[in-house]
Amino acid sequence: MDGVTSATSLSFDLRQTPLRQVNQFLHDVQTVHIQTVHSTQTVQILNPDGAHNIAVGLDAPLQVEIVGHTGYYAAGMNQLATVTIVGNAGPGVAENMMSGRVQVQGFASVSAGASAQGGLLVIDGDASLRCGISLKGGDIVVGGNVGSFSAFMAQAGRLVICGDAGDALGDSLYEAVIYVRGQIKSLGADAQLEPMTDQDYAAVADLLAQSGRFHDPQEFKRVASARQLYHWNADANQEY
Amino acid sequence: MDMHPSVQPHLEASAGYDRRILNYIQNAAAHGLYEIRGLGAKRHLPHFDDLVFLGASLTRYPLEGYREKCLTKTVLGTRFAKQPIELEIPITIAGMSFGSLSANVKAALGLAATEMGTSTTTGDGGMTAEERLSSKTLVYQCLPSRYGFNPNDIRQADAIEIVIGQGAKPGGGGMLLGQKINPRVAAMRTLPEGVDQRSACRHPDWTGPDDLTIKIQELRELTDWQKPIYVKVGASRTFNDVKLAVHAGADVIVVDGMQGGTAATQAVFIEHVGIPTIAAVRQAVDALEDMNMKGTVQLIVSGGVRTGADVAKALAMGADAVSIGQGILMALGCNSDAYIQDDTHHSAVADYHALGTAPGYCHHCHTGQCPVGVTTQDPVLEKRLEPAVGAKRVKNYLKTLNMELTTIARACGKQNVHHLEREDLVALTLEAAAMAQLPIAGTSWIPGKSG
Repeated sequence: MDGVTSATSLSFDLRQTPLRQVNQFLHDVQTVHIQTVHSTQTVQILNPDGAHNIAVGLDAPLQVEIVGHTGYYAAGMNQLATVTIVGNAGPGVAENMMSGRVQVQGFASVSAGASAQGGLLVIDGDASLRCGISLKGGDIVVGGNVGSFSAFMAQAGRLVICGDAGDALGDSLYEAVIYVRGQIKSLGADAQLEPMTDQDYAAVADLLAQSGRFHDPQEFKRVASARQLYHWNADANQEY
Repeated sequence: MDMHPSVQPHLEASAGYDRRILNYIQNAAAHGLYEIRGLGAKRHLPHFDDLVFLGASLTRYPLEGYREKCLTKTVLGTRFAKQPIELEIPITIAGMSFGSLSANVKAALGLAATEMGTSTTTGDGGMTAEERLSSKTLVYQCLPSRYGFNPNDIRQADAIEIVIGQGAKPGGGGMLLGQKINPRVAAMRTLPEGVDQRSACRHPDWTGPDDLTIKIQELRELTDWQKPIYVKVGASRTFNDVKLAVHAGADVIVVDGMQGGTAATQAVFIEHVGIPTIAAVRQAVDALEDMNMKGTVQLIVSGGVRTGADVAKALAMGADAVSIGQGILMALGCNSDAYIQDDTHHSAVADYHALGTAPGYCHHCHTGQCPVGVTTQDPVLEKRLEPAVGAKRVKNYLKTLNMELTTIARACGKQNVHHLEREDLVALTLEAAAMAQLPIAGTSWIPGKSG
C-alpha cells in the first residue's frame, strides 16, 4: 500500500501512485485492507489532474475525496460509497451509479449520472448536455443549469434543476420526473409541464435537504412524460 | 371465372412492381406505418454458400476423417485480460435478450453451451439468474439502452461485450413491442409494462472511438483487468470500424453481417442497411492484418452462420470463432410445424396461421406469439419450449456443426480447425469472389486484382 495514512485520512497522490493501484486498493478495502482502513477514515486522492476512471466500481461504504478535477467516469457505477470531487468532473460522472452518494463541488461535463439506477448525485455548479440521460432510478440534484437533452429517455428517478434547463428537456421521457426552478428553453418530444402535487413538493424538499440547498420547493415546476409515444402511433410522424 | 387455357389473356408481371412491391405499397397505404419483423434479411445475398473448399489431393495430405485428431479448442481475449475465455469449440451462442426470448430459452441455451464447452451471451435486457446459473461461460453485453446493466452482473460475467451495432440494423437501437413487456421484463428494464420499447442507438455516456477507449478502460478498472472486453459492430464500414475498435483497446472484435437476425426491427432496415457477412469478414481480417494484430485481437464472426461449412469458411477466411443466433433459434424449433411438450409432439400449424404465416415463413418474433414458445413471454406459449428439450436440441445442433467443421478441416489436411486458411477457399460467383477477395474456382483471378 503506497498511500499515506493518518488517524482520519489515508491519501494517495496520483502523481506518485498509478491509478490502477489506487482503484485496486479501493476495491480490496473490505477484504484485503479491512484492518488498515476504518469506516470513519476518508480516502483522499490528490492531484487527479483530469485522469479518467478514478474510483470506478466501488462497492463499500467508503468516504472518498478527490481533490482536483476528474476526467471521464469518476465514481462510475458507484455502490455504497460517498465520493466527493473537490473540482470539476468530466463526462459521465457517476454513470450507472447503483447507490451511495457522489458530489461534484464544481461543474459537471456531459452525461452526468447517465443511466444511474440509485443513489444521489449532487452537482453544485452547472451540468452540461444530457445530464441524467437514460436515468433508471437514481436522483440527481444540479445547483446550477443543465444543458440540452437532459433526462433524455430517462426511465425512473428524479432530476432536480435549481437553475435553468436547455433545449429538449426530458425528450422521450418514460417515468422519470424532472423538477425545474428556472427557465426551460424548450421541452423535448412527449415531455410536458404538470401541476406540482404535495408529494412533489415533499420530494423536492427532501432532495434539496439531502444536497444542502435552501430553495423554496414552491419555486419548482414538474416535467414528466405525456406518455403519447408509449405505443406506435402513425400520426406521431417524426416524433419518434 | 375460370377461362379455358386457350383464351387466358397474356398477363405480364412487372419486374419493378412485382407482388412483393405491390404488397408493400398497399400495406404502407393502408397503415401509414412501416413493417416491423423479426429474424434477418430474406433477400438473396452473396454468402458462404458461394464459396467452396479445395480439399487435399496430391499437393496436400488429408487427415483420416475418423481416426486422426483435429483440435477445436479456441481461446479468446488474450490481449489484455488476465482471464481469457477458453472454449472447446469455436462456435458460440450470440447475444439475444431475455425479453425477446423467454427465460426457459435462456436457460436452455446456457445448458447447451455448457455441455458443449462454449459460451452464451446475454442481450438487451440484462442478465437473468437462469442464464448465469446454467452457463459456465457467459458473455455480458453492455448496450446503448443499459437496461438492467449493473456492476454486480459485470463482476459475475466471464467477458463483457460492448455492443455498438448489430448486423440486422447497424445504426439502429433495439425494439421490443409492448406485448412482450410482461411484469418481469418490465422490471428488469425499468420500464412500464406493455409499452412499445425503443432502445437508444447510441451509448448514453460516450460517442466516438476516443471515448470508447476510455469506456473500455473503465470496464477494465472495474473488473481489475480480469475479463476480456469484446466490441461488437454491425457490418458496414467494417475495415475502419475494426481498426478503431482495436485501437480503442478491444480484446476481441465481433463483426455481425447483414444476414444477422433481430427480434424486431423495421423491415427496411433489415433488408437495406449493412453489408453481407463474407464482405465484412474480409474487411475485418484485412484491418487486423494491417495493424499486425491478427492473433493478438481475436475475431468472432456472426450473421447468417448456419452450417458446419459456414463455420469452416468463416474460420478459413480468418475468424477465430463464430457466433450463431438464428440457427440456434431454429434448432430450438423456430419455424418448425410442431413443438414438444410433456414428451408429446403437438402441431403448431394453426397458431402460425392465426399469425397470418406458416411454418418455414414465420418472422413474427416481434409479436410475442411464437407458436413454438421460443420468442415469447406469454405464460402459455413459453411452456412449449422446455429447457431440457431445448438444451438437447441446441447441443445436437452445435455438435453437428462441430463435426462438419472438423470433417472439412481434416479433408483440407488440418490438425486444428484454426489452421484452415484462405488458400483453402475459392469462390463460385463473381460477387462472392469480389467481396471475399478469393479467386473464382478454377482460376487464379480475384476481381479487383490484376494478374
